[in-house]
Amino acid sequence: MKYLAEFRNGEIAQRLAAEIRRMTTRRWAIMEVCGGQTHAIIRNGIDQLLPPEIELIHGPGCPVCVTPLEVIDKALAIAARPDVIFCSFGDMLRVPGSRHDLFRVKSEGGDVRVVYSPLDAVAIARDNPHKQVVFFGIGFETTAPANAMAVVVAKRQGLKNFSMLVSHVLVPPAIEAIMNSPSNRVQAFLAAGHVCSVMGYWQYPPLAEKYRAPIVVTGFEPLDILEGIRRAVRQLEAGAAYVENAYPRAVTFEGNQPAQRMLAEVFEPTDRAWRGIGVIPNSGWRLRDAYRAFDAEARFDVADIRAQEPPICRSGDVLQGKIKPIECPAFGNPCTPRTPLGATMVSSEGACAAYYNYGRFARAG
Amino acid sequence: MSLDFATWSCPLPLRDYPNIVIGHGGGGKLTAELIQHLFAPAFDDEALRPPGDAAILSFDGARLAVSTDSFVVRPLFFPGGSIGELAVNGTVNDLAMMGARPLYLTAGFIVEEGLPLAQLGAIVARMAAAARAVGARVVAGDTEVVDKGHGDGVFINTTGIGLIPDGVRIGPDRARPGDCVLVNGSIGDHGMAIMSVREGLEFEATITSDTAPLCDLVAAMLAAAPDAIHTLRDPTRGGLAAALNEIAAASRVGIQIDERALPVNPAVQAACDLLGMDPLYVANEGKLVAFVAPEAAEAILARMRAHPLGRQAAMIGQVVEQPAGVVAARTAIGGTRVIPMPLGEQLPRIC
Repeated sequence: MKYLAEFRNGEIAQRLAAEIRRMTTRRWAIMEVCGGQTHAIIRNGIDQLLPPEIELIHGPGCPVCVTPLEVIDKALAIAARPDVIFCSFGDMLRVPGSRHDLFRVKSEGGDVRVVYSPLDAVAIARDNPHKQVVFFGIGFETTAPANAMAVVVAKRQGLKNFSMLVSHVLVPPAIEAIMNSPSNRVQAFLAAGHVCSVMGYWQYPPLAEKYRAPIVVTGFEPLDILEGIRRAVRQLEAGAAYVENAYPRAVTFEGNQPAQRMLAEVFEPTDRAWRGIGVIPNSGWRLRDAYRAFDAEARFDVADIRAQEPPICRSGDVLQGKIKPIECPAFGNPCTPRTPLGATMVSSEGACAAYYNYGRFARAG
Repeated sequence: MSLDFATWSCPLPLRDYPNIVIGHGGGGKLTAELIQHLFAPAFDDEALRPPGDAAILSFDGARLAVSTDSFVVRPLFFPGGSIGELAVNGTVNDLAMMGARPLYLTAGFIVEEGLPLAQLGAIVARMAAAARAVGARVVAGDTEVVDKGHGDGVFINTTGIGLIPDGVRIGPDRARPGDCVLVNGSIGDHGMAIMSVREGLEFEATITSDTAPLCDLVAAMLAAAPDAIHTLRDPTRGGLAAALNEIAAASRVGIQIDERALPVNPAVQAACDLLGMDPLYVANEGKLVAFVAPEAAEAILARMRAHPLGRQAAMIGQVVEQPAGVVAARTAIGGTRVIPMPLGEQLPRIC
């Protein structure tokens, strides 16, 4: 807490916001890549401190939201098996697959457990030798090193009853896909600080240069986000486009090298589907051959499960900044966090869910 | 690779749950719907209709508050208390939130085969001490034993009967625009204490449950200004957020709180930050939120702060007319956010 209070100071926030207002001369569209940043923006009311010219576009960086429907369906199929203990981070339990969610599987007798670390799942496997223990390995580069570590530990311990349903996604290919879109309006990015704390930001200078877009590595506290926006606006107003690190207390250019080595040891790049977006080449990780024995998809023969996502909501328009969540006709009714129609309403990190939970009445009122 | 936003597509809606899921017990929307659509129609009775933690029954000119509650906590002993104190204090507090003084309790035990008698004995001793501390008598009980694996050691149900003093009119539907919103201390302590021991999470500082009986504090507040206290609520499951939303809905008012005024123990805040949780949604077992007439607020606050259970008491907001039913917070940096009713349990976030 002593390291956080100083990044939640209201007076400094007001000063930063005033500076952003002073330097802004025209409209700018800035995307915060990470769902955690979206959450912090709405939870703290940061957008209300900004001048109307600054438009924040909420990126697809929510690991829970972007996990594809068919991966959820595979998880549900595995979790429902009587021989399986299915371990997941908490917020995945409420994400609907084609027909239901992990809470429902649990209520029907599935052994579904919330864990706080993939190593907890490895421990459960060790303690339950007669059960198959499966960990739901989702997330961006932030969660991947711990998941890689869990696989390495399971292999070292010779566990035959541990496996992982892997659906990791990567940030840089997503930024590239967004910038290549013909309808793109994003002019600058707040890069996800936690991702960069692992991966560094050496991948970003070519992107900033290629797309002439400032990229500011940004943390998750209110002052971090305001400072990230301030630097992005400063570059935009100056016609500059380079990478800045506004989160130096956690991020270095090179990142966490042992973690990167661990990732390279266990995972290899693969094409990955993003929920509601479709396949982005080389945007995900899968287990390398040396660790393929820990692949839950192969072990439980669910590779053939397919799911269709009918185009019935406007979360695509939300993601490219064409509309705000509240402008979607489905927002709030029938689309709610309880009955989500779109990826962006599915988890609390999603832009629509964040608006629904925190911003709805503030904006209406 | 270009991302074609035109083909962005979406998943199907989530169906309603046909079975009970864990969230039905979380004190949020799912719990409320279960009560509204399943229990209330079946047991339809005028005493059940007013919202509140306890029913009010008139008997020979006296007004009795009656409340029942079941306790299913893991582990049975935790920093700051045990299921024994919880089972007494929880029901006592439900009575206190109607302004009632607890008189009688019943205790029902569903015990799992294999529970050491010494543990059950220690739990019951703590219950007895907690009941004596508030002057309530345990006058009836029941014991059932279930097969091993069919319970978490012991589940306890308690029912309480209390007497509401003449002239006291407190209810969740009585908050009025202009009322000041007070809490008696830091929020989220109990929920995070339980989570830290249950999930084996090690935080820098030990977080202790706040379990405590609130009837004496309520009596002190009533003595300060008997007519000025409109609404009391102990924010247990679902935390302060659920309690405020229930009151906003029942009283058809808006509630605005100031996050900067909210007492939160730094260790609880740090643990919540770590897990991506919001202390507003974390359970309390020794806290109350009070809606009081503005002219009496300072006097009541002073009386609360003079009480051992109210030293950290704070004024956290006020009641407004519009938007009715909505709880909003002024954030630490000067923005605004809505504090929605939780759906079920709060879940730790992945990032």
